[in-house]
Amino acid sequence: MGTLAEEILSNRLCRSVRAGDTVVASVDCAMAHDVTAPLAIEAFERCEMPLHDPDRVVLVFDHVMPAATVAAAELHQRVRRFATTHGVRNVFAEGICHIVMVEKGFARPGGIVAGADSHSTTYGALGCFSAGMGSTDIGVVLATGRTWFRVPETLRIEVSGRLEAPLSAKDVALHVLGRVGADGADYMAVEWGGETVRTMTLDERMTLANLSADMGAKAGLCEVDGAVLAAATPADGVEIPQVRSPRYERVLQVDAGALEPQIAAPPAADNVHGVSELVGTRIDEVFIGSCTNGRLEDLEVAARYLARGRVHPHTRTVVVPASRRVYVEALRRGWIEAIVESGALVMNPGCGPCLGRQHGVLAPGERAVSTSNRNYPGRMGSPDAEIYLTSPAVAAASALAGQIVDPRRAL
Amino acid sequence: MGRAWVLGDGVSTDMIMPGRYNLTTDPSQLAGACLIEARPDFAAQVRPGDVIVAGRNFGCGSSREHAPIAIQACGVAAVVAASFARIFARNAVNIGLPVIRCAEAAAAIGDGEDVVVDADRGVVTSAAGTFAGEPPSPLAMRIARAGSLVALIRDEGWAAVEETA
Repeated sequence: MGTLAEEILSNRLCRSVRAGDTVVASVDCAMAHDVTAPLAIEAFERCEMPLHDPDRVVLVFDHVMPAATVAAAELHQRVRRFATTHGVRNVFAEGICHIVMVEKGFARPGGIVAGADSHSTTYGALGCFSAGMGSTDIGVVLATGRTWFRVPETLRIEVSGRLEAPLSAKDVALHVLGRVGADGADYMAVEWGGETVRTMTLDERMTLANLSADMGAKAGLCEVDGAVLAAATPADGVEIPQVRSPRYERVLQVDAGALEPQIAAPPAADNVHGVSELVGTRIDEVFIGSCTNGRLEDLEVAARYLARGRVHPHTRTVVVPASRRVYVEALRRGWIEAIVESGALVMNPGCGPCLGRQHGVLAPGERAVSTSNRNYPGRMGSPDAEIYLTSPAVAAASALAGQIVDPRRAL
Repeated sequence: MGRAWVLGDGVSTDMIMPGRYNLTTDPSQLAGACLIEARPDFAAQVRPGDVIVAGRNFGCGSSREHAPIAIQACGVAAVVAASFARIFARNAVNIGLPVIRCAEAAAAIGDGEDVVVDADRGVVTSAAGTFAGEPPSPLAMRIARAGSLVALIRDEGWAAVEETA
């Protein structure tokens, strides 16, 4: 009996646990990437224990891949040596960790994952309890296969109403982020439900679960239904988690049908406005990609807009498929060609310019539209640059115009 | 006793340790870039025992542990804030950097003022008064006594955590 978070943790522990309990639980796997793995490996080595299970470790090169500096190359080298020494076979350099984790089946319905990245909440789209953690926690998981959790209280988001294109899950998530605030779900699980979420694809649900992290949440969970089970196999030996007589800390109602496209303006992702307030804002860069919006459906939207013209000469446009699988499928469908023909730059799968190290770093005074999840000062380069977070539709339509436009008027 | 470095609300890990500077695991290198853009005088002038005093949601954003490692390597004795982001607070506790949630102290203490922190009790004292913040949880105390989460698990195992839960 309980919320999704309580059900998943109770199932794992074979006893009923409730919000507020502190528990020690085994995890299905620990994930770290090229920036967080080196510190996790150091913490693991200080534990002075053998690796618990190499097959429950996933290492992904995505943040600066391929290495852009000697320092990054040295970090990569250390991670590869660790993998070789300890027989870790799940080493990937083919896209963003969170997408790879879902594509390769490491994140599964009813499962528990410890991820050394704040957006590890993304697997909640599958009904997988997954919390972002630091490197010490992951190092201890590498050594013991376990971690501790305080069972979170739950903020339930009940979404109703018809979400008509070009509105998308990103607009719903940004709208909620604006209402809840950057710390509005601190230490909590965000549980997404309601008729609108039930009609969403897995890609869309991953956007909701992903942005839950930016409300401070420990987990962002969607209910497991046919759409999820068609794409993912439940974790071994677990019941498919179902919400049963839950007690929520707070319930928020959202009418998706009443939304206009949403934009998070600087300096933080919870500074959310309707697109109409920002139309006409000139932009120097557009980034379409990231663990929030770099999946196949996002590239489809980007291609549909960009196929109609050329990107504005003052607006460099960078498109980064979230994974190799996404990239290859978008190629097959002709979307990459349409994107490239528009004058946009298509980079290799990975995090792209989201974290300000490669593929489109911003100069002082520049302004970018990004489909990612963070717009803190300095996130994508100069602390004096501005970042506006939007859906792929707003981003692609704005790339053509060289300024923020309402995509409802662009197609 | 140390001096207070007062920061505002929503100080993200991107501000504490921007992504362009954290391509290392060396604490001293990280310390040199701590708050490099948000407070450029910090790394050069911070002294051992100083205290960071901040507003709401300190450490929000990326899970990068480079942020608390940099603060600790600067010699900062504790971070006092109106509230902390979840992952940052957990990371700080795990490496033995005390974090004290105390909105009253965060509001009252001015930049450069002398501050005394009693991390075990969550009490902060300055010229403005004595402020009772949130005392650390039993688990946080246990980790602090061991020195770090790694030391606790290595020396005592998960049973030590289960006992305090």
